[in-house]
Amino acid sequence: MTMQAMIDEWYPVGLASELDQTGRATALMGEPIEVVCDENGDAKVTGSNGRVLPVRVRYGHVWSSLGAPKKELFPIPEADQPGRRFVDVGVVRVRCSPLRAIENFLDIAHFPFVHTDILGAEPHTEVQNYKVEIREDVDEVWATQVKFYQPQAAKSASGGITTEYMYRVPAPTCSVLYKTCPPRPSEWDVITLFVQPLAEDLCDVWPWMALFDDTTSLTDLIHFQQTIFLQDRSILENQIPRLLPLDPGMEIPTRADLTSVAYRRWLKRHNYTYGAQLVAQ
Amino acid sequence: MKLYDYILSPSCYKVRLMAALTGVTLDIRPVDFHPGAEHKGAELLALNPAGSIPIFVDGDLILTESSAILVYLAAKAAPEWLAVASAEEAARVQQWLSFSGRLTASLGGARLTEMLLRPGDIGALQAQGVLALRELEAGLVEQSLRGMRFLAANRLTVADIACFPYVALAPDGGVSLDPYPAIRLWSRALRGLDHFIEMPGIHRLHELKPEPHIEAGEA
Repeated sequence: MTMQAMIDEWYPVGLASELDQTGRATALMGEPIEVVCDENGDAKVTGSNGRVLPVRVRYGHVWSSLGAPKKELFPIPEADQPGRRFVDVGVVRVRCSPLRAIENFLDIAHFPFVHTDILGAEPHTEVQNYKVEIREDVDEVWATQVKFYQPQAAKSASGGITTEYMYRVPAPTCSVLYKTCPPRPSEWDVITLFVQPLAEDLCDVWPWMALFDDTTSLTDLIHFQQTIFLQDRSILENQIPRLLPLDPGMEIPTRADLTSVAYRRWLKRHNYTYGAQLVAQ
Repeated sequence: MKLYDYILSPSCYKVRLMAALTGVTLDIRPVDFHPGAEHKGAELLALNPAGSIPIFVDGDLILTESSAILVYLAAKAAPEWLAVASAEEAARVQQWLSFSGRLTASLGGARLTEMLLRPGDIGALQAQGVLALRELEAGLVEQSLRGMRFLAANRLTVADIACFPYVALAPDGGVSLDPYPAIRLWSRALRGLDHFIEMPGIHRLHELKPEPHIEAGEA
């Protein structure tokens, strides 16, 4: 495990809406940190030795880094698009590698078995061919033309539809999902998974959404996403090995796992190995 | 019948499960428990000063204890779930209904601490949860020696529904169910029931579903 490459990345450390002057004691990659609202009303994050860490407030969350980020926090242009509703889903702690949480988010083959009758259903289990690439210009993993039959793709969907997905990994513990927007077919709904690595096998997960949906109540939107993520949680906590293997030999991918293969390759290339296992044991 | 409900709450799930198993239709009113803490807001505190969910409303009747709601649903729709035929069974039902409160406090507390970061002494909560599971395991084994398949009788009662959710979700709070074979068999019997419904963390038994059948020409 090397921390250096991942130490300069941005991570979510709290909800912007829950910032207060009492502060929130949490951790980033093993280091205790504190997230508070300072006297000017700005977010402030301090490390264990009292040093002030870099801060951004974006996409409903407070972001920070233990190191010196070389890049600005990744863009999500849809976050500035008028007419979208922004949904803070709230934190869920998971006893798993932060990288495993992201990898699971990128997988569609488990939908019929884990999210039965919501995101998938038997016998519609086939994952059709899709495209995966590491986009060198932006240095992100992208999967496109992902199609899957879903009984209830979104809270706003009535009845089964074939949903199209695009997945994007702009940072080692963050993923942005674009998916068919039932009430507005020309747009994509945006669902993100922001993962705060507490330790190599422990993380706080902060899902966030930017949706076109004027009819569903906020509580229903939150409950829909929490239902999905909590179905994943019990699976994630039982994956073996706990750390994500980046070398071949430990796990055998299939064609449906192309996104995972690209994600692991991209992690390894950048030395993003906090939460990873390098040599098959 | 209106249920103020949170999809991740095992106590709310008891009510949804009981309703599903007995064919009762509920009017569900979702509550933003996390992250919104709506149950601590004025509207819900007026209904339930304890600031907890579920809250159940049927006409003038307001119930805020899940065991009382289970008893009400059973009395209305399926009285056989009350098992009042013998003094012993009626008493066993009450025994386990009360016991379910210990499951909520221990395993439920551990789950809230581990999963939603609520404050709590996780080691103590888990230890109390293990004690409760051992007691439940012993209770089920003793029942099986008496020829009874369920907690209070040889049929399902409200006591089983009251105890099942927090037990099934024990791993969410970092408490394994591996050491308890009687509990796992009992849990499996419940999950295999007709009209059983899931909640996140309690998965259905896929192997009990009919074999998938693909029509010609269907993807």
